Amino acid sequence: MKRAIAWTAFLLGSLIFILPLVGMTEFSLSMRRGVYSFDAYASVLADPQFRETFTYSVVMALFTIVFGVLLVVPTAYWVRLKMPALRPVVEFITLMPLVIPAIVIVFGYIRLYNTSSWLPLTGTAMGTNVLLMFGYTALALPYMYRAVDTGLRAIDIATLTEAAQSLGAGWTTIFAKVILPNVFVAVLSGAFLTFAIVIGEFTLAALLNRPAFGPYLQLVGANKAYEPSALAVISFGITWLCMGLIQIVARLAPKPPAQSH
Amino acid sequence: MTDPFLQIEHVRKSFGPTTVVEDFNLDVGRGEFVSFLGPSGCGKTTVLRMVAGFEEPSSGRIVIGGKDVTHLKPNQRNIGMVFQAYALFPNLTVAQNVAFGLKVAGVPKPETERRVAEMLNLIKLPEFGGRYPYQLSGGQQQRVALARALAPKPKLLLLDEPLSALDAKVRVSLRDEIRSIQKELGITTIFVTHDQEEALSISDRIVVMYGGKAEQVGTPFEIYNRPATKFVANFVGTLNVLEGVVSDAASGKVRIDSQELSLKGKLNGSKAGDRLSLALRPETIALGPKPGHDASLQGQIADVHFLGSVIRVRVGLGGGVVSLDTFNNSSTPPPTVGERAEISFSSNDLLVLH
Repeated sequence: MKRAIAWTAFLLGSLIFILPLVGMTEFSLSMRRGVYSFDAYASVLADPQFRETFTYSVVMALFTIVFGVLLVVPTAYWVRLKMPALRPVVEFITLMPLVIPAIVIVFGYIRLYNTSSWLPLTGTAMGTNVLLMFGYTALALPYMYRAVDTGLRAIDIATLTEAAQSLGAGWTTIFAKVILPNVFVAVLSGAFLTFAIVIGEFTLAALLNRPAFGPYLQLVGANKAYEPSALAVISFGITWLCMGLIQIVARLAPKPPAQSH
Repeated sequence: MTDPFLQIEHVRKSFGPTTVVEDFNLDVGRGEFVSFLGPSGCGKTTVLRMVAGFEEPSSGRIVIGGKDVTHLKPNQRNIGMVFQAYALFPNLTVAQNVAFGLKVAGVPKPETERRVAEMLNLIKLPEFGGRYPYQLSGGQQQRVALARALAPKPKLLLLDEPLSALDAKVRVSLRDEIRSIQKELGITTIFVTHDQEEALSISDRIVVMYGGKAEQVGTPFEIYNRPATKFVANFVGTLNVLEGVVSDAASGKVRIDSQELSLKGKLNGSKAGDRLSLALRPETIALGPKPGHDASLQGQIADVHFLGSVIRVRVGLGGGVVSLDTFNNSSTPPPTVGERAEISFSSNDLLVLH
């Protein structure tokens, strides 16, 4: 009986989740009257603005990932190794973007870095791109930090660091040859999550007036019928691809050695 | 010691208000194998970590090969270290692990490959170069860790409880292997352990530590047979301690409960009425008289444990109990509980603990 209730709840939940997706996908294929076709997808892919905004967002995502990795991995490593008492503080800081809306962040940025400020980043396109990358990094921080911290927890970083030091390695070698390879899978998980967040992000890009994929989605949604559904399916596909890649790379992680036999 | 290779001079280490090592002094000769033995929290690992450079002494200095390394970073000391948790790099193969220190030092590839092969032969795992740490047993991992530590030809080898995580059988075989490799290479070695059997069996000298201090430094023979303090006597080996009172210092008479022992020449500085702790190792006591034994006490059999080749007998002596081991003899049945018994020993084997 309990099993039946559990299955019913599961199926109901799945239907609530899947039905809108099925409906949306079905609608995205219905551009041509009476038959299913990929016309909406063809229309989207043929749009030069789609290619431009998508490329822009992919490039921004890559920069965000690189900056995020350079910021988060050494921080999480150092906090675990040398300042474990600070861990709750750092965790709290990394959680802040979850409770502070993106609109607050972007207004703060605009106020701090406008053309009449001491660091007028919004004065140039490149400066605004850099600002946008910082914003994306902040939004992805909770996911990237958690992924990396979990990866670090799985290995005995203190002893591995000391072992490498006793073998003559300096901090750069330890970080590049010992720590990073052992948390690589965790970093990749964080990277894919960052990618998924950046690709669909609207608020920061729109208010900083950058040609990103998120505002393009909104623009198409406001002006066309079938194409927005096709774009939403493409976005879902990208997100799910990222999730699938996380699962695949998780299997490639270096296995922790046995402690005693 | 004429030419100490490692000198630890007046080293002290505090963590906040807690002092974990107090005025520690030790000279270690070139090629010597010295063990730090003591219970948890005695400061033995802290001293080792200060030698390795992972902790900086609060005061004092550490000299290796005539060079003051007190404030040198760990990666500048050329010291090999083996950890209790193996600490092999999980992302590297066995060969890559062993080659790590050589690559860091910029050793050319052919030389690195030759040295890795040499090290894998030394630890008797020449076929394991391509395996990852997770594919090895605990004993194999620790041998690889030893090879990795030795590959860059360090001046000093530090072993931090390297056998603690292994099962008993592997522990004994690896212990012997470590000692034989150390002798073969002639490398100065410091070995930290809380296992007295390990320390006694492989060390040239042992430093028994307690409360951040070196209680006694000596050869295993000296530590076991001539413990300098009550702590050393109790910590190393099994010991029977009898509490006595000096009844006549001039003639060496000591009263234990209602019985009297004559200990001529062992009561220097004592006077009548002084309380003494007298200690005896179980193997120095015989049940009944024995040639060469010049002292005896009367008691009652309190307990008999049949252990196969050995029979452990506990004899009650008034307030105290003495344990002794006798070999099992198929023609002589073990004593029975409650039976009156005499124990004998040589007064030379009696340790007077102050």
